[in-house]
Amino acid sequence: MNLTLEIWRQESPKAKGKFETYKVQNISADCSFLEMLDILNESLIDKVQLPINFDHDCREGICGMCSLYINGRPHGPDDEVTTCQLHMRKFKDGDTITIEPWRSKAFPVIKDLMINRNAFDQIIQAGGYVSVTTGGVPDANSIPVNREDAELAMDAAACIGCGACVAACKNASAMLFVAAKVSQFALLPQGKIEAKDRVKAMVAKMDELGFGNCTNTYACEAECPKGISVSNIARMNREFLCANVK
Amino acid sequence: MTKLNSKIPQGDLAQKWTNYKSHQNLVNPSNKRKLDIIVVGTGLAGASAAASFGAMGFNVKIFCISDSPRRAHSIAAQGGINAAKNYPNDGDSVYRLFYDTIKGGDYRAREANVHRLAENSNLIIDQCVAQGVPFARDYSGLLDNRSFGGAQVSRTFYARGQTGQQLLLGAYGALSHQINLGNVEMMNRREMLDLVIVDGKARGIIARNLVTGELEKYFAHAVVVASGGYSNVYFLSTNAMNSNTSAAWQIYKRGAFFANPSYVQIHPTCIPVHGDYQSKLTLMSESLRNDGRIWVPKNKEDAEKIRNKQLKANDIKEEDRDYFLERRYPAFGNLVPRDVASRAAKERCDAGFGVGNTGLAVYLDFASAIKRLGKDVIEERYGNLFQMYDKIVDENPYENPMMIYPAVHYTMGGVWVDYELQTTIEGLFCAGEANFSDHGANRLGASALMQGLSDGYFVLPYTIQNYLAKEIKTPRMSTDIPEFNKTLEEVKNRLEKMMKIQGSKSVDYFHKKLGHIMWEYVGMGRTKEGLETAVKLCKELKKEFWSDLRIPGDINGVNTELEKATRVADFIELGELTALDALQREESCGGHFREEHQTPDGEALRNDNDFMFVGAWEYKGEDQTPELHKEALKYEAIEVKQRDYK
Repeated sequence: MNLTLEIWRQESPKAKGKFETYKVQNISADCSFLEMLDILNESLIDKVQLPINFDHDCREGICGMCSLYINGRPHGPDDEVTTCQLHMRKFKDGDTITIEPWRSKAFPVIKDLMINRNAFDQIIQAGGYVSVTTGGVPDANSIPVNREDAELAMDAAACIGCGACVAACKNASAMLFVAAKVSQFALLPQGKIEAKDRVKAMVAKMDELGFGNCTNTYACEAECPKGISVSNIARMNREFLCANVK
Repeated sequence: MTKLNSKIPQGDLAQKWTNYKSHQNLVNPSNKRKLDIIVVGTGLAGASAAASFGAMGFNVKIFCISDSPRRAHSIAAQGGINAAKNYPNDGDSVYRLFYDTIKGGDYRAREANVHRLAENSNLIIDQCVAQGVPFARDYSGLLDNRSFGGAQVSRTFYARGQTGQQLLLGAYGALSHQINLGNVEMMNRREMLDLVIVDGKARGIIARNLVTGELEKYFAHAVVVASGGYSNVYFLSTNAMNSNTSAAWQIYKRGAFFANPSYVQIHPTCIPVHGDYQSKLTLMSESLRNDGRIWVPKNKEDAEKIRNKQLKANDIKEEDRDYFLERRYPAFGNLVPRDVASRAAKERCDAGFGVGNTGLAVYLDFASAIKRLGKDVIEERYGNLFQMYDKIVDENPYENPMMIYPAVHYTMGGVWVDYELQTTIEGLFCAGEANFSDHGANRLGASALMQGLSDGYFVLPYTIQNYLAKEIKTPRMSTDIPEFNKTLEEVKNRLEKMMKIQGSKSVDYFHKKLGHIMWEYVGMGRTKEGLETAVKLCKELKKEFWSDLRIPGDINGVNTELEKATRVADFIELGELTALDALQREESCGGHFREEHQTPDGEALRNDNDFMFVGAWEYKGEDQTPELHKEALKYEAIEVKQRDYK
């Protein structure tokens, strides 16, 4: 298939960016979206032009490194996929495709489509863990976990930290990301001991870093490549409330 | 002649590690604060090591090429992690896990290392559960297990098909905790490009800041390289796009020996290659072989009709299917080790029974499991893998069997380390997939996660202390000394040389070409002639690379083409070493299969008399033939046998 691409180019974080138009030809429908960009980049290098920078790594939907706002949707026009798993069969011959970076104050552009998601690491560093250190822990089976809770915790823990939830949200809120981690630990006995401090610290850090507030549009859930449920946000709100009552 | 000292402690095998820990040197808390450690890589080994060092009180800097430590490729491990807990009461023990791992590695791993690994396996599960890793559980609330290849017990702990992700996030949480406490400093988007040696000891690294392009100097009393394996030498592999061997290769060039590079694991269950634009291959977890059955048509005519799309898999009657693993290996069936399963699939495809457009695929069929257990159970066990398959191939694996083919997945070879995980350079340690230590010639499924975390949580925290105890009087050094400046200058010259070539070919052109050479001649079936060809072609490719490479853009700032070029330059050299190593090893063992050396029924034929050694290569200078050193392997606790899964 032949396609027209409108791609955001930005030299550096401070530089002013703009869209540029590119054409790609004879793209196989079985090609992944990022492979299509590889083909474009090879042709740019052939013409001694600068290739388009974009974040990517595992290309199997688990590392959370790839991003891209494609035709107005984070990770493009398919449900529960990352951009690296999106295939060109989801597009039609002759389509024009608009490709932008995530847009959020907390995720500044580094170059072209590459962004800085360090804010997510900072939120986790604020308390998104059980603070055990290496060694001196009890036997694994001495901490039984109700199977249903374990499954719900796993659902929440499946978050890949890509930031699509922030990109999808009109407020650029990180609530789904934070709620997923808070929920995972709130559901498990190992996490309960520090639950109050954890939720307070993580929410405070989220607010400090310039993420917006949640207005319950559920856009985050709709665009989450791992299908993380907004019920985690409800759970986090409850945890937050309880943590602040006493 | 040999300089190798594996430093294996004295005593009974089962007591060696306990004895070591009882007698090693320690560093007191006030001295720990004065000692700096650099860790390169944030996968399971690197993150768990850095978190443990930080908690002990050392000053740690950890380096990561990505935006966040959570991107490391450990995250993509799917199936599980082994441990000898024996929770299912099916006869497992530390000894049995040790035995299976040695046998699985085709008797080419060190007994003492592997026994320590098996001992640590249980501690890892305890540690991860305490961190809140959501392992699968049964209805009683206790931990669930499943089976993996090369074992007759169920000892694999798992978190759906995302075990690597959950374990890495556990280690990432521990690391984040230490960062929050100020014990560890995170250096993201930085790539180690060289090692700095002062008076014969590793004292720091030169890293390129991948955002600004600046070269930076960092001092430490000890350096740990945990930068992963080199599967991307083959271009197409299941590794992530940025996975590379440069940190490991640079320390090789600075004097660390590189062991057994020819031991490359080709994983049997990957989604087959479908086009020349393809950038990577995707693994379908080994755990699928618990419930999936592997087959090809029994009749060549049926296979041909399938290839021509005149027949579909489901049209083939039960009696016309050849479940070739169950047929050849009745004792282990679909759960034979990876090297055995891969070669069996290749054998069928080479004989004309392969399916798919290219004939380079076999079926992995869940129909009987779905009939037995129901679709819901299969979905609960493997849902994310089935979804991944559907997204890539555009076919529903609940209704049609998956098509799979072997692909490069893991590298057992790596930097040579002694029992303490120290390389042949003092003060330089190597952990995880980057070292060669525990898997011999073939790694068993669900053992990579185990080894990465064993090295990081439970080995290095002891052994690095034994080294650092001698360093308490060494003050922090300025990075403005000649050793740092000279190394930085060398890195700078190398990068500038690359930028100045301004030839006509992109980095990917060279990488793909290398991949073809490696897959063709250093792949699943190797011959003397083929390997000699590979050595020759790698040398030619290196010349072409350094004369016709084109890197657009600037040496400063973000330049992903330059990043790729530094990595591919190293891959080409490592490709040649891999072929050289395969050439000298005149036997077949594990993942290394020399067609000249096989049993009458096509199994790998070892030569224990001449090749029961670790082959460790010493760098001898640019374009010089490296020197092979041999570390003899001694088996005292187990009897060495022909591997038999029949």
